[in-house]
Order: sequence, then C-alpha cells, then structure tokens
Amino acid sequence: MQGRVLVVDDDLALSEMLGIVLRNEGLDVVHCADGSSAMALFRESRPDIVLLDVMLPGIDGIEVCRRIRAESGIPIVMLTARTDTLDVVVGLESGADDYVLKPFKPQELIARMRARLRRGDEPEPEQLQIGDLSIDVAGHSVNRDGRPLSLTPLEFDLLVALARKPWQVFTREVLLEQVWGYRHAGDTRLVNVHVQRLRSKIEHDPEHPEIVVTVRGVGYKAGPT
Amino acid sequence: MSTPSRPDNANQPTLSARSRLATMRARVVLMLQKLSRVVRSVLRTAGLRLLHLWRASLQFRVIASTMLLGLVVVVILGSYLYQRIADGLVNDRVLTARAEATSQARAAQARFDSAGRTDTVSLTQLAFDVVGQLSSPGADHSREVILTRAKNNTGAASVPTVLSSDVGLPSVPDELRNAIAADPGHQQVQVISIRSSDGAPVSAAIVGSRVNLPAAGQYELYFLFPLEREQQTLRVVARTFALGGLALVLLLGGVAYVVTRLVVDPVRRAALVAERLSSGRLHERMRARGEDDIAKLGKSFNAMADSLQNQIRQLEDLSRVQQRFVSDVSHELRTPLTTIRMAGDLIHDSRGDFDPSVARSAELLHNEIDRFESLLSDLLEISRFDAGAAELEVEATDLRDTIGRAVDSTAALAALRGSRLEVIPTDGPCVAEIDPRRVERILRNLVVNAVEYGDGCPVRIELAINESAVAVSVLDSGVGLRPGEAALVFNRFWRADPARARTTGGTGLGLAISLEDARLHQGWLDAWGEPGVGSCFRLTLPRRTGVPIERSPLPLRPDEEPSAAGLPDMTGNRPAAPSGGAQT
Repeated sequence: MQGRVLVVDDDLALSEMLGIVLRNEGLDVVHCADGSSAMALFRESRPDIVLLDVMLPGIDGIEVCRRIRAESGIPIVMLTARTDTLDVVVGLESGADDYVLKPFKPQELIARMRARLRRGDEPEPEQLQIGDLSIDVAGHSVNRDGRPLSLTPLEFDLLVALARKPWQVFTREVLLEQVWGYRHAGDTRLVNVHVQRLRSKIEHDPEHPEIVVTVRGVGYKAGPT
Repeated sequence: MSTPSRPDNANQPTLSARSRLATMRARVVLMLQKLSRVVRSVLRTAGLRLLHLWRASLQFRVIASTMLLGLVVVVILGSYLYQRIADGLVNDRVLTARAEATSQARAAQARFDSAGRTDTVSLTQLAFDVVGQLSSPGADHSREVILTRAKNNTGAASVPTVLSSDVGLPSVPDELRNAIAADPGHQQVQVISIRSSDGAPVSAAIVGSRVNLPAAGQYELYFLFPLEREQQTLRVVARTFALGGLALVLLLGGVAYVVTRLVVDPVRRAALVAERLSSGRLHERMRARGEDDIAKLGKSFNAMADSLQNQIRQLEDLSRVQQRFVSDVSHELRTPLTTIRMAGDLIHDSRGDFDPSVARSAELLHNEIDRFESLLSDLLEISRFDAGAAELEVEATDLRDTIGRAVDSTAALAALRGSRLEVIPTDGPCVAEIDPRRVERILRNLVVNAVEYGDGCPVRIELAINESAVAVSVLDSGVGLRPGEAALVFNRFWRADPARARTTGGTGLGLAISLEDARLHQGWLDAWGEPGVGSCFRLTLPRRTGVPIERSPLPLRPDEEPSAAGLPDMTGNRPAAPSGGAQT
C-alpha cells in the first residue's frame, strides 16, 4: 500500500503506535496533535487519506472534517471512542467516509484504509450509464448532460458498485464489504448516511430518488437506466 | 295460563276462541313483563347513575342533602302554621256564628210567642215565614236555617220540619240533637262537613238551640254557616305555603351550590394541578392567596411540589453526571487500550522471532487484551442501559438473515468445541421490525452460551412467527439448569457453577445485556433448563414496534405445546422477565 496518511490525534502514544503500524504497511505518516493546526498541515502535506480523532483540543474533529471536506474529497476515516449514536451520525454527516471505533484491531483499520486507497488499481476504461448519468470509471467522473457532477471518491465508488449491476439489489452488508472494505459485519448506518449524501448530489428530487432506489427490507439498487 | 295457541278448529269454535283469547292474554302479559323489565332496567340505570353521582361528587351530595333537609323543615313548619291558621279562622267564624244564632233564635222565639192563631196550618205558615226571614237575605247562602221537632216532643199537633234550602235534616248530626236534648237551655255548636249546592264537600258550623212553638211544643232551631270563604282563604294559604316552600328549598339548593362551589372549586383545581404534576409537568402550582384553609392547602401543596421538583432535578442531574462519566471513562479507557492493542498485535505478529516463553507471553497478552476489550465494551453497554441512553434503531428485517449472521460469527467457536449448530429451516420469511444489530448480539450471546454449556452436543436454533410475534429459541442438550437457576442466568456476572472454568472467555454480562436488549424491543427473553436434559433460551419479539406480544410462537420447554407457552401468568407482567425457573 502506498500513499501519505495524515493522523490527527492528540494522544501521542496512540499516534506513535499508529505511525509504527502504518509505516510497516509502507505508508508515509504525517502527525498532527491538535485541531487548530490540522488544516495548515493538511494543505502542506497533501495526504491521500486522513485519520481523524473526534475529540481534539482546539477545533474538534467534526469541524476539522467539515473543513477538509469543503476543500477536498479525499478519504477521511474518523477515529472515535464514543459509540453514542449521535456522535457517529454527526461524524458521518460532517463528511467522513468511514469511522473506526477505538479500540480497533490494526488489521481492521488497514483493511478499511486499503479500501479507501485502492483507486487507480484498475485502469481499464469502462463507461457506465445509470438514469441520465454517464459514468467514466477510469476517469473518475460522472456527467449529466455533459456537465460533471462533483462526488467524493467514496460516493463515486458507491455509485459505480450499484451501476455495474443495475439488475441486482445490494444489501447494506454487501455494500459495506464491496465499497468500505469491511470483512465482518459493520455499521449499516454508514451505508444509509452515504446513500443520502449521494442522492442529494445526483437525484433530481432526493425525496423521491430515481437513480439509487431503496428496496424495503433488503437494501438498494440502481434505478432503471 | 299461557296455553299454546292451536290452529282453528271448526268443531270447537268456542274453544278455539278461548284459546285465541288466552294466547292474546299471554302475549299481553309477556309484553307487560317486557315493559316492566325495561322500566325496571331504566330505573336501575337511573338509580345507579344517581348513586354514582352521590359517591363521586361532593357537591352533589351537599346540595342534595341540604335540599332534602330543607324540604323536611319546610314541610313540618308549613303544616304547623297551616294548622294554626285554619284553627284560628274556624274558631273566629264559630264565635260570630254563635252570636248571630243567639240573636236570631231570640227573634224567632219572639215571633212564635206573639203568634195569634195556634192551629196547625197557621203555625206551619208562621214557621215557614220565620225560617224564610231567618235565612239570610239574597242568594249568597251565608247561613241556612232548619226548624225541626225536638226528639222528645211527642205532642199531637205538629209542624213539619222546615228547611231554608235543600241542606236537609240528615246533615244535622245526632250527637248535636242529643246534646240539645240533654241541655236545652244552652246553645250547641259543631263543625260538620256538608255538600254545597254544586256537590263539593264543604265544612260548615252548625249552631243549634231550642225554641218553643205555641201548642206544638219543643222545636229545635239550627243555623248552618258554611265555611266556604274560610276554606277558600285556607286554599290560598296552602298554595302560597307550597309555592313558598318550594322556592325556599330551591333557594337553599342554590345557596348550597354557591357555598360548595366556594369549597369544591379549589379542591378540584388542586386535584387538576396534582394530576398535571404527576404527569410530569413539574412547573404546575396551585394558586394560594389569602389566609384561609384553601390557601393553606395550596401553600403546603406547592411546598410539596417544590421539594419534588428539586429532588427530581437532582436525580436528573445525577443521571446526567453519570452518563457524562460513562462517556468520559469510555473515551479515556479506549484510547490507551487502542495503543496497547496495536502494540500487543505487533508483538504477537512477530512472536516467531522470540524465544518460547516470550512468545507465549505475547500470545497471552494478545488474548487477554481481547478479553479486556470485550469486558470494557460490555460494561459500557450495561451502563448505557442503566443510564437509559440505549436507543432502538428499528428496521424491517428478516430474522433468517440475522440468525444466519449470528451463526456465521459463532461457527468457529462451535467447531472448536465440537458442537454442531443446527438451524431448523422455516417455510417463509420472518420479517419483524427489530434493531438487527441488537438482535444479532442477543442471538450471538445465546448461541455462545449454548455452545459453552452444551458440552459438545448439537445446538438447535428454531425460528417461528405468529400474528403478533417472532420467536427464536436456542436449545442445547448439555448440563441444563438446576431448579431456580433459570431466574438467575440473566443476573450480571452470574455463573452456573463457580467451580466451572470459563473457557470461552465470556464476560458474564452477555445474558444481562441480551435481556436489556430484549426489553428495549419490548420483547421477552425466557430461560428453561433441566439438569442433564439441557436448556432452552427463547427470544420473543413483537413483529411491529409498540404492538404487544400476545403469545410466543415457540414453546419454552421442548416437550410443550407452543400455545401453552408465553401465557401471561407464566411470564407475569414483566416483559422479558426470566420465567420458567419454577417449572424445573
């Protein structure tokens, strides 16, 4: 695995340990200990992925996440010690792609990061059509009537996964595995939140979706092309 | 009496008519009975309603009693006064009647004494003249006159009885005549009842005295004074009394109403405020103005409400502090544990390079970190339940999928222990509104539990559905539960046998958390077990959130009919309470 990771966490021991583990995986690690300096370091180091603690001195993780998201669509994985529903949902809605609950197994974290960094591994050109959207998989772009739509890589992956098999209904678990890289059962709220975000960008009327359709009691599928 | 009606028979017309009559009579009797039943039931309903009103409303009770007592007083007082007035009126009239009679009788005697001729015809003529003169002039009948022979006068020459009108001799009572006969020198008076000219009964004062007719001897002269006017006056008085009494009783009722409103209204307001308080509106207070008893009640009530509100606020604060504490502990413990976990994993992964004792230490460290982690997360989960912070995230889920996932995640452990996991297939989908994460956790706990205590026996997982509920039972044929233990298994950190080593690394909180999860769903989690036979844990969840479970679709004991299981008397009114312990 290649790439640069920005770790934003105020716990020095954890940051150092994370640095050791991630460097063993071949990643380049940049560390930041508080929320206030996170943005400056983000702009300076241009990481490929951000690991972000929720509780930070200065500006908290959720605000940092929001600011990074405003500038860039790069993958953000939240590290949280709080399992309260509200924390998780607020974190996801501020733009995080995924969250990892402390204490996590290092392999689990690496698997998730790998899923987020995997892009560009499969460069063969592929053109998909879903609804009135055309997707250029290799070019990472979605167009409606020639105008590009701005999606984060995760939202793009989610859309591509659905569009590749428009006849298939995906359960949330399958999507967690394919898009997020979960090997075990995960939090299906991740899927719900990101489907909402995706819909708000691609649907004509997000209240009555036509491209990403909910199949009650099962999951989601791509709407008729 | 109710002879059955027969078809008309031409040979017995009378009989058939009679039978028809009997039928009709029976029908009428039946109708009357029905009517009386209806009337009785209406009366009973009205009576019950009144009784209920009497019991329920202080105001009604006070007003009704006041009016009843008032009525009694008015009736007693009215009758007494009426009697006094009537007596006074009659006495007055009798006095005037006596005076009038005395002078008139004297005048009559004078006329008779000065009579010139004493033959019968002349005397009779004179008697008619005298009577006609004595009876009042005009037609107002203010007095009548009767002249009749005295009882003891047996002389030959006689004058017939002379009447001024059709009042008649019979209206003169014998008593009076006897009294005059006994004491001829004095006037005798009596009040009698006669019929007036229009036939209505009317009282009258009758005054009798003796007159001497020349040659004809002793005669009795009666003056009859009808008391019509007095009676009219009395009627007016009675009507006035009745109306006045009624008005007084109504007035009393009104006064009672006003007075009780003064007392009852504040009490009702207090009841309303107390109700609102108990429904959670802690800011409600009573109005407490003035110095009276009601104000005192209001003040003490408000003081009570204040102290309640304070205590509840303190408890809420305490609960908030506790939740905050749990949350903080969560964060504070989890971050260092993450570092330890990663360090442990790193050391564990490279244990091949170490000498055997260090390598084994690395393994132990790794395993115990796992255990520590699950213990910590279980503890936090329990404290979240205790703080009431647990939330249900319901979605329509097919329980077959949930069971599948729970079985998948426990299959490795089961294989390690040599237990086979048998899922009994069901016909159709078993969709219910559940929180799939929590239900999967319950099932995982139950299966792990069954594997741990199943001693390598197969574990059977069954699923069933009915109108109101879905149920999953996890059966093992292992050590089972001793009597009374079925109620204990859900206790925190409870162990069936303290001497028995924990091998699967359970935290001792699994079933307690499962029970809380089931309760959160408003479902049941029951346990049954018998030593040497095995044990069964049954999870029953409502199919729709908020719709209560009627009965569980699965039996708790393997040999039991499903309909007998989950009866309210078995599980009591405690949803998800451990039950069945008494059956072992």
